[in-house]
Amino acid sequence: MAERGIIGKSLPRLEDPPLVTGRGRFAADINFPHQLHMRIVRSAMAHARIVSIDAEAARALPGVVAVWTAADIPDASPVDFREGPNEKLAPYRQHVLAREAVRYVGDPVAAVFAESAYVAEDAADLVAVEYEELPVVLAADAPPGEFSPGRSTEATLVRQDYGDIDAAFAAAHLVVELDLSVGRHTGVPMETRGAIGRYDAARDVLELHGAAKVPHKNRDSLGRMLGRDVTGIHLYESHVGGGFGVRGELYPEDILVLMAAMRLGRPVKWIEDRREHLMATNHSRQQRHRIRAAVDAEGRLLAIDNEFFHDQGAYIRTHGTRVADSTCGLLPGPYRLPVYRARGHFRLTNKTPAATYRSPSRYETNFVRERVMDEIGRRLGLSPVDVRRRNFLAKEEMPFARPLAALGENVVYDSGDYALLLDKALAAFRWDEVQADMARRRAAGEMVGAALAVFVEKSGLGPTDGARVIVDTTGAVEVVTGGASVGQGFETVVAQVCAETLGVDYDRIRVTHGRTDRIEYGLGAHASRATVMTANATAAAAARVRAKALDVAAEMMQAPIEALDIVAGRVVRTDIESGPSVALGEIARNLAPSAKLRNGREPGLSSDGWFDTEHQTYPYGVQMAVVKVDPETGGVAVERMLVGYDIGRAINPMLVHGQIAGGFAQGLGGALYEEFRYSETGDPLSVTFADYLIPTASEVPEVEILLTEDAPSPCNPLGIKGAGESGIAAVGAVIASAVDEAIGIPGAITELPITPQRLKRILAGIRRPLAAE
Amino acid sequence: MNEKVDLTLTVNGQRHAIRVEPRKTLVDAIRDDCGQTGTHAGCEHGVCGACTILLDGEPVRSCLMFAIQCEGRDIRTVEGLANGNELHPLQQSFIDHHALQCGFCTPGFLMLAAGVLRKRPDIGDEELIDLLSSNLCRCTGYANIIKAVKAVRDGLAQA
Repeated sequence: MAERGIIGKSLPRLEDPPLVTGRGRFAADINFPHQLHMRIVRSAMAHARIVSIDAEAARALPGVVAVWTAADIPDASPVDFREGPNEKLAPYRQHVLAREAVRYVGDPVAAVFAESAYVAEDAADLVAVEYEELPVVLAADAPPGEFSPGRSTEATLVRQDYGDIDAAFAAAHLVVELDLSVGRHTGVPMETRGAIGRYDAARDVLELHGAAKVPHKNRDSLGRMLGRDVTGIHLYESHVGGGFGVRGELYPEDILVLMAAMRLGRPVKWIEDRREHLMATNHSRQQRHRIRAAVDAEGRLLAIDNEFFHDQGAYIRTHGTRVADSTCGLLPGPYRLPVYRARGHFRLTNKTPAATYRSPSRYETNFVRERVMDEIGRRLGLSPVDVRRRNFLAKEEMPFARPLAALGENVVYDSGDYALLLDKALAAFRWDEVQADMARRRAAGEMVGAALAVFVEKSGLGPTDGARVIVDTTGAVEVVTGGASVGQGFETVVAQVCAETLGVDYDRIRVTHGRTDRIEYGLGAHASRATVMTANATAAAAARVRAKALDVAAEMMQAPIEALDIVAGRVVRTDIESGPSVALGEIARNLAPSAKLRNGREPGLSSDGWFDTEHQTYPYGVQMAVVKVDPETGGVAVERMLVGYDIGRAINPMLVHGQIAGGFAQGLGGALYEEFRYSETGDPLSVTFADYLIPTASEVPEVEILLTEDAPSPCNPLGIKGAGESGIAAVGAVIASAVDEAIGIPGAITELPITPQRLKRILAGIRRPLAAE
Repeated sequence: MNEKVDLTLTVNGQRHAIRVEPRKTLVDAIRDDCGQTGTHAGCEHGVCGACTILLDGEPVRSCLMFAIQCEGRDIRTVEGLANGNELHPLQQSFIDHHALQCGFCTPGFLMLAAGVLRKRPDIGDEELIDLLSSNLCRCTGYANIIKAVKAVRDGLAQA
């Protein structure tokens, strides 16, 4: 195969033309004739018994077709776990409409179905719910309460460990002990959720439009929940206005539109508003870690004891305990760690349920672990660079298996040279010059600081994904994938891989995704897996189509296969300067079921391709930042930010840069601005964009990106690793460390986000002793 | 309050005779009644700017206005930016600079930038970033959006 150089090229995106001209189709843009609009009545109480619900006034409003409470759908299943039944956790699942009790402000209590969205909202206001208040639990580190009679709010204790922890701590030269917390924040895509249910009685097919992320998995879950054959359920993903982990999971509203579409006999449309989004869509991140590290005299880690409190919110949603499990399995990051113990108290609180958000468990554990490394360095007089270098796993140790698990797999780092990437990043950042500059500026009275953090990501969660490549009789190519797109450039990447392998122009390729009616199997887009899994499956399918095309062409052109290549969609001879060529469309015509030349070959110029993997890949990175603190306001400005990242092999570097820059902006939000706060009675205080602060163009500096390809993954033929979570992964860690440096108080930052209020309090703390002098 | 009224909205030069409640927001009327779904509702409280349109040449948040306030006024949406198949320089620049990922906020940013550059073709960097910070994007980290708009501004300066 000729080296075409399509893979690795920053080609413009195939996705863009409709999106810049207003022709995209997001969930709210989907309409069906005769549709109804759904509005959810949500709990105004954080924890209460439902005494009564009076929906008569709402039902009487002209234009209202139905109002449902839990009593109207006694057969509805709670929202199920994606990975199937779990007996122990099952009682903590969320019902689609609250039964007996509500557990967070925003908990769906009733659903109104009306002729227009405006009328549905009017009617929802008329539903009167009488509550009897119950005590609230708002902190996961507070003593557990009762979830239901006899059932603790500590749903489970997640645990992973290896080695003799007591012996390791007994032998330690130094023990470092920290208490660290990450605040509650989440993905907050610009498009809120949306779901349109439609039942086609003629075909007995139930359709869910507005799907995202994991359409095939969700179809299986819906089949279980609705008691339907999965061949009679189809999910349709159109444009998705950002995913970030939260969009595309199944929520109560998805089930409701489907049940209503069947029972009311009309399509049912639901579009979430922003206020609902901030109290109903998955939150994430909130954990408190009490962590201890045992080290030897040279600063080498001997053991880590990681006890944490995971604030799950009101129910356990589709992910089960995934974030807490990964918090156990992935905390060690890039370091050698002889002994380890993790104990995670997985606790329910009366807040919005939590689940995954971009770089789940890593954003949290990178903050925690890197805070520990900073502290070890400080206590032993080692620089941040040296303490990390001393503990890095070496290139020679790869592949490295740690006796831990994450996302249902054993942790096996596939490849990596952490020390090399750190060296390259230090040079790119001009670390030594920066340190000297910081010292000068601090001496001149500025509060400035520079810091670094190192992290290991994970990507390409298997086990298997498939793709189908089809060339039609005009030579146009379609790749049908079980992947999903949440706006990251998936179509372009898959087209590039197909173009390179098959020998066609990438802009002649149509990439289909998120459609359960087009392909039977798919893992969707999560855990930075779409590129790794789907691209490799596409390469496999395209290689088979290529072989089939050359086989037919050899016969048509009376030439040996070795003398043929496919260039820009035509089969040409490579052994003669100019000669006959055959278009792929013509070959497809000769493979039509009735074509004479087919000669017993399978009809159609198409093939399926599969990619299986036993393990995820583990890309890794370094983040460096320079920050400046304004002591008057407590504000933190990021002056410089560098992300060094080894991606194995980049298919489209422009898109990788985009992922990193965008991820960083989100990470900065969680480090400095974004936080879901609650009153002492459990009222959410962050339900508008005036309270929940997303970074704007004024706060986000341009990220310097150092993309390396020093450690291609041995886990897949293309050698690629994912990029989706690299920009965000260590932002909390590096900003915290840089703020410490800037204010000159090592270890001052123990909690994210570093809001001006928190920082002012810390600064006031150092002023008090000064004033006392 | 819920009695519908007749009014005519002029969107991208096209007149749409519609019948809506006086409380219907402009963004909902543009989308539901005029069928132009390129304008997006991202927060419905005037912060995110996804619904930004040009009203008589000024960028405004169409979620904060009622349709009934806009009769007889010139409404421009993202669908009206291109000239036939020829993309507006901002649209092309957003593609060239990878200034969009999911694309949901893109129409709002395009209309905001179009409005700003029409009035202030020589706007300085600092002021431009300040104006662009009135809209939210969750995918790109903004740097490419700023570059895309600057490139068009610089092109205008040369022309």
